[in-house]
Amino acid sequence: MKQGKYRITANRCIAYKVWRMDLEGDTSALDKAGKFVDIAVEGFFLRRPLAATCWDEKGFSVIYKKVGKGTEALSRMVPGQELDIITGLGNGFDTAACNRKALIVCGGLGASPVFSLAKELISEGKQVTLIQGFNSKYDIILNSEFKDLGIQPVVVTMDGSAGMKGLVTDAIDAIDPDYDYFYTCGPAVMMKAVCDKLQGPGEASLEERMGCGCGICYGCTCHTKSGAKRVCADGPVFKKEEIIW
Amino acid sequence: MVTEVNLCGVSLKNPVVPASGTFGFGLEMAGTYDLNVLGGISLKGTTRESRFGNECPRIAECPDGMINSVGLQNPGIDVLVKEKVPALRKVYDGTIIANISGFSIDEYAECCGKAGKCDGVDIVEVNISCPNVHGGGLAFGTSAKAAAEVTKAVKEVCRKPVFIKLSPNVTDIVEIAKACEDAGADGLTLINTILGMRIDILKRKPVVANKYGGFSGRAVLPVALRMVNQVAHACNVPVMGCGGVSCAEDVIEMMMAGATAVQVGAENLRNPMVCKEICENLPKIMKELKINDLREIIGIV
Repeated sequence: MKQGKYRITANRCIAYKVWRMDLEGDTSALDKAGKFVDIAVEGFFLRRPLAATCWDEKGFSVIYKKVGKGTEALSRMVPGQELDIITGLGNGFDTAACNRKALIVCGGLGASPVFSLAKELISEGKQVTLIQGFNSKYDIILNSEFKDLGIQPVVVTMDGSAGMKGLVTDAIDAIDPDYDYFYTCGPAVMMKAVCDKLQGPGEASLEERMGCGCGICYGCTCHTKSGAKRVCADGPVFKKEEIIW
Repeated sequence: MVTEVNLCGVSLKNPVVPASGTFGFGLEMAGTYDLNVLGGISLKGTTRESRFGNECPRIAECPDGMINSVGLQNPGIDVLVKEKVPALRKVYDGTIIANISGFSIDEYAECCGKAGKCDGVDIVEVNISCPNVHGGGLAFGTSAKAAAEVTKAVKEVCRKPVFIKLSPNVTDIVEIAKACEDAGADGLTLINTILGMRIDILKRKPVVANKYGGFSGRAVLPVALRMVNQVAHACNVPVMGCGGVSCAEDVIEMMMAGATAVQVGAENLRNPMVCKEICENLPKIMKELKINDLREIIGIV
């Protein structure tokens, strides 16, 4: 992990209540897809843990939903302002676990951490099938960015306003994907349904209310089949067979 | 310039100690900075058997603070003395404080006995704010009699200096502090967290799964200072001041109130580097305030 100051270069609304912030600064601790950052927001005691969507040598991006006062304050920040951020937290996805063909199933903001995962898998020469679930067309994020990676995302919406109508599990039925390993990120109920449905090995990126974000407070511990694990430091990515839903 | 302080014969190179529960077992932070800048480290609260603790959510944010209801998640005393302390000793030569919790006097005595016999442990800190299964459901820390009984039982089996960590959730903290001192406590740590709650108004239920939790963070500093001041002037044993400390100035303030060493708690969770920053900043603040020796200011107010 690395703590430092990051300068905002862009902060804009990209979907209903969803914002994307681009930041400039040291990204050396972001060495793996699925790691997260912890952002100190002026006036709030605890940091806001957010997945790193993507990064390069100059900076990184996060995508967040305005759900409370902290993310509301974050959305009011403008380019040029600086934020105190801890980067490179968590374990990240295990791309080596996938041999040739990956299936990624994400829901809502779960598209954010799997964006860099897809990028990484493709750079390793692996084939990626992506299913993106949203409530409606107003919630769609990163669709064109995934296309730029050469992926054709299968979009599914609950209300049918874009792509297929239904759940991500309906999309799995419809396309019958060919894969040797799967990755999932999104609401817990969705990830559970995905893990229950999909045959074969895979992993899910979990979420929990956190204190420190770096493994010292034990505030985000979950039960797993291999004992108590801290979502922030032992996770957030856990193997399917380890997870107790 | 002297930053060194002494707790019952144990020398700390400076008064800064990450508080129990906010710094894991120390090793979690060893890769982030050199722990040897710290005066001491108070390890995560440990019980006889391993515990999962409470269900999540365990954390609720508050204005200038937070609530935690971790519920003493720990691997048990045997793992602490056989694995955690020896591993930390390999990278840290400062003062190690084992923090012990229990649900009965027997459990406190057994764990403190084991901690006291562990080579790497310098001080044993006894957390008496857990439910007391022997005393009719009251917390040990909210009854002077029960607090004294724990202290006495622990002192009988532990040769290392024993600090009793007091709860602020009492009417008269001085009465309990004195009872511990009379029962043989070598020192006192205060304050533990203040019982609090937050409610999710959308879900119409408490934010933390355990309903109530311990409130800590910057907001509690004035309460901690007042209690440290009362206890330090009423008792003759050294006090480790704890509660709301977030910077070197707060350390000085806590010492002026009566603390010999100062613990930093919730602030570690928002800034994992804060203890290192405080240690580095302390001489600068001392210079500004014309303090040559920190020992001179202990309890001057």
